[in-house]
Amino acid sequence: MSGISYSSEVQRRRKVVQGVMCWLFRISAAINGAALILVVYFLVARGWRAINWTFLTQPPMDSMTRGGILPCIIGTLCLSVGAIVIALPIGVASAVYLNEYARPGRLVRIIRLGINNLAGVPSVVFGLFGLAFFVVYLKMGVSILAGSLTLAALTLPVIIGSTEEALRAVPDTYREASLGLGATKWQTIYHVVLPTALPGILTGAILGISRAAGETAPIMFTAAVFFTPSLPTSIFDEIMALPYHIYVLATAGTDIEATRPLQYGTALVLIVLVLGLNLIAIMYRSRLRKKR
Amino acid sequence: MTLMIETLFGLSQEAPKAQKPETRSTCGPTGCLGIDMVAEDKRAPKMSAQGLNFYYGDFQALFDISLDFQENQVTALIGPSGCGKSTLLRCLNRMNDLIPYSRVQGKILLDGESVYDPAVDVVALRRHVGMVFQKPNPFPKTIFENVAYGLRVNGIKDKTFLRERVETSLKQAALWDEVKDRLHESALGLSGGQQQRLCIARAMAVEPEVLLMDEPASALDPIATQKIEELIHELKETYTIIIVTHNMQQAARVSDVTAFFYLGKLIEVDRTETLFTRPRLKQTSDYITGRFG
Repeated sequence: MSGISYSSEVQRRRKVVQGVMCWLFRISAAINGAALILVVYFLVARGWRAINWTFLTQPPMDSMTRGGILPCIIGTLCLSVGAIVIALPIGVASAVYLNEYARPGRLVRIIRLGINNLAGVPSVVFGLFGLAFFVVYLKMGVSILAGSLTLAALTLPVIIGSTEEALRAVPDTYREASLGLGATKWQTIYHVVLPTALPGILTGAILGISRAAGETAPIMFTAAVFFTPSLPTSIFDEIMALPYHIYVLATAGTDIEATRPLQYGTALVLIVLVLGLNLIAIMYRSRLRKKR
Repeated sequence: MTLMIETLFGLSQEAPKAQKPETRSTCGPTGCLGIDMVAEDKRAPKMSAQGLNFYYGDFQALFDISLDFQENQVTALIGPSGCGKSTLLRCLNRMNDLIPYSRVQGKILLDGESVYDPAVDVVALRRHVGMVFQKPNPFPKTIFENVAYGLRVNGIKDKTFLRERVETSLKQAALWDEVKDRLHESALGLSGGQQQRLCIARAMAVEPEVLLMDEPASALDPIATQKIEELIHELKETYTIIIVTHNMQQAARVSDVTAFFYLGKLIEVDRTETLFTRPRLKQTSDYITGRFG
């Protein structure tokens, strides 16, 4: 049909390149998976022996060489839930403003730039900011409230970013259909746009809560203390927290070698807690998707 | 198809000089050809555009459009892509308000009152002038909630009333028998044709007076299209219908009046039968016979 002569050399080389690239991508993906598996394996292998009923239900004892980590579990739960309760409404509201109300222009560009920069601020800087602003200036003291607020500031950019993405993914035809039926802009957002975007928003919340639960630097000046045997009774109490407890056991304990199993056990509990929080959100999200 | 597009492009380049005299002769300051036709119809129009210009930023999409839409009639807007027919449709319920940097000049009247008047409540306007879109766009809610949506957002809570309205609307849209046993299942499980009829039911549930349809059958197969066309036929007993279509057979089948647009100008408007059998302008006859220019 045609007079074009295709070089068989080129054909061969194309096949080789295709094969090499395919494997390159496979290996990259495998490294990712392997990293997670290794971390989890490492923690389970070294930490599972430390985990028992006492470990999960008792405060640390004997200069933290024995006993459990209950105050740390409660503390981390309080901080994560507190952070998400504060950050989710503000983050979603900001994203709704940016995506639905604001006219694209310089102001919106500046706000977005600010949010992106906030995401790049090192977490220890958030810690210092929390200490200076919430703890000292607003006189909250070292407390769950101050720590939650600091963590909320840290997770805001994540939540705004993923919420904006979820809102952008809502087809404009939904908005037009709703407005075309005589709904107001707010009704359209509340009844159509937000419910449609909810699974995506929850993804952001999941990422945010995972990040908040695992952070150490932002809470070490604002919420967490070295040791307190009592459980918190109000949001103005100081608390122990899992990530900080790991840090304390591994670097500042009285007998670091003796607490080694406890360190791994605590890390394992933290990982399980974060995965558990994620799992709840993921299950809720898939239930929402099924309801469509 | 390719040939058609090439012809279109070829034409659009020389359009300004070729266009002007013809346009003036049909749509001059005294009005359009269609005025004769409207004069036959003694009733006041349900809706009308008067000297309407529309701009997307610097781009003028509509030029001095004057056109009446009679009650209980189907008016078809035809013309090649980019001729402004959808823009005109979306001016009628101010859906174009959503587009940043857009601008309107001239008037659009609903029952003699200007819809662009600052005192007009645009939310209420859209309840009176409903819209069905090109692609079926049911909300990711149940069939029932889709139809009830317009009523609910307008503050109707009475459950019995809602049920009745949903049933009536679905019956009007010839969908009731197919969905009556699964009203509380997701609307996204319906076929494309069913979804579009659901969207028509949803638009009718709030009892609008005018129904705008933007190529309502273009995403559907022939059988679903036929159903929609039969539906349009029945709906005009109750509503004023304005339909944009690319399909000239469809315009001929469903409409009473047809308006032909080209490059943002209203070229010719007449009773559908007349326009398709004895168009006054060569440009119109070239388009409807598929020769284009």
